[in-house]
Amino acid sequence: MTDIPQPEQVLDPDALEQVLAGPGDRFRHDYLEVRGLRVEFDGFVAVDGVDLTVTQGDLRFLIGPNGAGKTTIVDAITGLARASGSVRFGGVELLGKASHRVARAGVGRTFQTASVFDELSVLQNLDIAAGSRRKARTLLRRRSAVPEVVEQALETVGLTALRDAPAGVLAHGQKQWLEIGMLLVQDSRLLLLDEPVAGMSHAEREQTGLLLQRIGAQRTVVVVEHDMEFLRSFASSVTVLHQGRVLSEGTVAQVQADPRVVEVYLGSGRKER
Amino acid sequence: MDALFSQLFAGLSLGSVLLLAALGLALTFGQMGVINMAHGEFMMAGAYTAYVVQSLIADAGVSLLVSLVVGFLVGGLLGLVLEVTLVSRMYRRPLDTLLVTWGVALVLQQAARDIFGAPNVDVRAPAWLSGAVELFGLGVPRTRLFILLVAVVCVTALALVLKLTPLGRRIRATVQNRDLAETSGISTRATDRLTFFVGSGIAGVAGVALTLLGSIGPTLGTAYIVDAFLVVVAGGIGQLKGTVIAAFSLGLLQATFEYSTTASIAKVLLFVVIVAFLQVRPQGLVSLRTRSLA
Amino acid sequence: MSPAGTAERRGGAVGRLLTGERVRTLAGFAVAAVALFGVAPALLSDFRLGLLAKFCCLAMVAVGIGLAWGRGGMLTLGQGVYFGLGGYLMAMHLKLADAGPGGVPDFMLLYGDGTVPGWWEPLRSPVVTVVAIVLVPVALASALGFAVFTRRVRGAYFAILSQALAAAFAILLVGQQKVTGGTNGLNGFRSFFGYDLADPVNKEMLYLIAAGTLLAMVAIVRLLMRSRFGELLVAVRDQENRVRFLGYDPAAVKVVAYAVAAAFAGIGGALFVPIVGIISPADVGVVPSIGFLVGVAIGGRATLLGPVLGALAVSWAQTSLSEQFPSFWTYFQGALFIVVVAFLPGGLASLGGVRRRWRAGRAERDDVPDEVPARAAQAPTTPSETVTSGSTP
Repeated sequence: MTDIPQPEQVLDPDALEQVLAGPGDRFRHDYLEVRGLRVEFDGFVAVDGVDLTVTQGDLRFLIGPNGAGKTTIVDAITGLARASGSVRFGGVELLGKASHRVARAGVGRTFQTASVFDELSVLQNLDIAAGSRRKARTLLRRRSAVPEVVEQALETVGLTALRDAPAGVLAHGQKQWLEIGMLLVQDSRLLLLDEPVAGMSHAEREQTGLLLQRIGAQRTVVVVEHDMEFLRSFASSVTVLHQGRVLSEGTVAQVQADPRVVEVYLGSGRKER
Repeated sequence: MDALFSQLFAGLSLGSVLLLAALGLALTFGQMGVINMAHGEFMMAGAYTAYVVQSLIADAGVSLLVSLVVGFLVGGLLGLVLEVTLVSRMYRRPLDTLLVTWGVALVLQQAARDIFGAPNVDVRAPAWLSGAVELFGLGVPRTRLFILLVAVVCVTALALVLKLTPLGRRIRATVQNRDLAETSGISTRATDRLTFFVGSGIAGVAGVALTLLGSIGPTLGTAYIVDAFLVVVAGGIGQLKGTVIAAFSLGLLQATFEYSTTASIAKVLLFVVIVAFLQVRPQGLVSLRTRSLA
Repeated sequence: MSPAGTAERRGGAVGRLLTGERVRTLAGFAVAAVALFGVAPALLSDFRLGLLAKFCCLAMVAVGIGLAWGRGGMLTLGQGVYFGLGGYLMAMHLKLADAGPGGVPDFMLLYGDGTVPGWWEPLRSPVVTVVAIVLVPVALASALGFAVFTRRVRGAYFAILSQALAAAFAILLVGQQKVTGGTNGLNGFRSFFGYDLADPVNKEMLYLIAAGTLLAMVAIVRLLMRSRFGELLVAVRDQENRVRFLGYDPAAVKVVAYAVAAAFAGIGGALFVPIVGIISPADVGVVPSIGFLVGVAIGGRATLLGPVLGALAVSWAQTSLSEQFPSFWTYFQGALFIVVVAFLPGGLASLGGVRRRWRAGRAERDDVPDEVPARAAQAPTTPSETVTSGSTP
């Protein structure tokens, strides 16, 4: 794993502690509880009775072949896809809420394709993410000072030097990091990351994985990922989905030993990376 | 009972006009996502085509039938030129396409004014379309029936083309997944051009049909374009079925509103109904559901 | 890493610009004020000054469109409606004021039954009128905005709906001739809040009011653009869903910008009426509504001054060209739409930017080789990803 020479450390996990030690309840023990989740698109059942429990301190990976329903689950939790069943986080039912209310309930997500605000600077991106609870009066004023939490997030995701650059010029990996930084300043308690290391170099993956582990210790983190090597290095638990259902769940070793998983996923001639 | 029938027919008739105006848009806007504000001017071009053809062919009946064909070609060619010169550069900027095609519309209108003069002109209807037929004890103008017929024929033909022909398959493939279609060996550029040709051609046919309803002028298109777009929006993107239902529903609604209030209030009510309807179904009546973020 | 180096250089440049920019802005406003309040009244004839006043009213609509469309991405094809609401409200008040207390406006005696409808009555009060000129457009824009934006109707759909609103509004005005004057509209005003409209002094006063209002609007938009709200508006324009998942309601953000644009258009319409002396359906329908966009597009939709300057320039060109070559003007307007929007979407304001970027690009190409591959890396690099994004339901 360390055969590639490690480049200079870009991400700064130490600054993370200050971001996470944001206002209030850092010791609250939230967990995500999904029960009987079902999503249907015009008669096609994309997610069929999925149960899922993810606690704080767990870095959960969702894997599965194409069409298994991984992203759809994230969409359902965040109010983008209409679903039935129950999704509770910190005791709050999320299904049926509008997306922005789900976000205000402490749920943050990223997308498969990094979606940052290209025309705004890195700083502005983070400032917007930090501000959904701002009053209208504050919004109508200019930013007088950079919020502390934004400074720390910049350090954490290694973008301090690029703070005034438009987000559009960032490299792909940097955009992914910026998105993670936005989730941090947003003060999300539940982070849903859709392929956060897609397109990253090996070294970048390592750093991202370590960062996610640190975040996962204090937040509830769910990662949708294809990269098996990344998964083996950093997942603390794995849920394997197949055709909209949970096929297997457990530690990496348990899942890998599961014959059903080997059959539908790993054994189907799929090339590992 | 008579009032009901006459209203029903007024609605159907209005619906068929809306359908003719919207059908080409359903193809260019619905299938390709191009907002062509010059679509109304293609209709206007079709109408003037009928006027020109009539000055060449004395027999009103023959000239009407010839015009339907020539009108299709004129509208289609205008559309083709527009697609090749401007629209093709702007597939990723739909709102800008709207403004550019509006500019084209202004130019075409003024050109018509300079060529044919600002006052309206008339196209004679053939003798076999004059008068009315008795239907359910109701005098129904033959011209209205003819337009209904033209609308039905156009929809049927278009639906068959989309469903059965290789062109139709190519169009549907391109709409559903442009990249995949491209890699499967479909020339999406050629498909776009053909789609635009057919959609604009239908506008030309619609224009020819409209000459039966009254005199025609350079601003003929502007009168229909807004309603036509509303039909496509209410009907939903990507499926002809929605456009057909929406056209006749809006036609019937407007006829009903006009019956119970005045024409101008009816327009406002219709707008309110559409906004209210979009509250329930923002994607329109019939929609292909996709997962795309946008 | 050289991107970091670039950013530092850029950061420093931005820092210098900020201070320089503040001075420049103040200077800009000062120059504009001197030009509008000092130079123009001194140099222009009464007739020309009246034209300039009219252009200012039209430019107010453009300022609002710049905010809603340029910054907020809402292509509104129906600003004529709000312009018309403000205009007709003002015109109704002026007609009632001319008719005297309890009097009936002349056109109502002509087309109607000689009585003033109940909903006209409150407009006898100047205060109610001024309040209504702002509030009625804002109320309609907010209602429509909430209805469509919360249901995520946007882009082309919103454009078409706003255009349909303009069409319906114009048809309604024509149809209700007894209370709106129909195609003729409302005209023949004699006084403006007690001041004689025939008096050149009062005409100049109207011009000063219009110019001052326009300047104030530009200042307001400048504040909005630089506030956090302005950043949020751009964010909503570019990635609406992303904003939603950050906990904001994008609909609310858009409604605010749309309502401000409506208020500006309403005020513009209200001042247009005493200055031009007439408001009719021809000023508010589909065609004039899109016409408002030409100047905005030419000047540069997303910039602060682009919409104002563009609108002033286009109005001036229209007046001078269409008098001499009426048919030529339509061709010219059409060509402007085509050329500017298709080939210069940033408007004339982007010309300077294009040149600057080109020059900067040439200078930086050598020392920032990895900026280009960095952008290219956006393309998916995992072989499975292209398939995943398309086929997972």
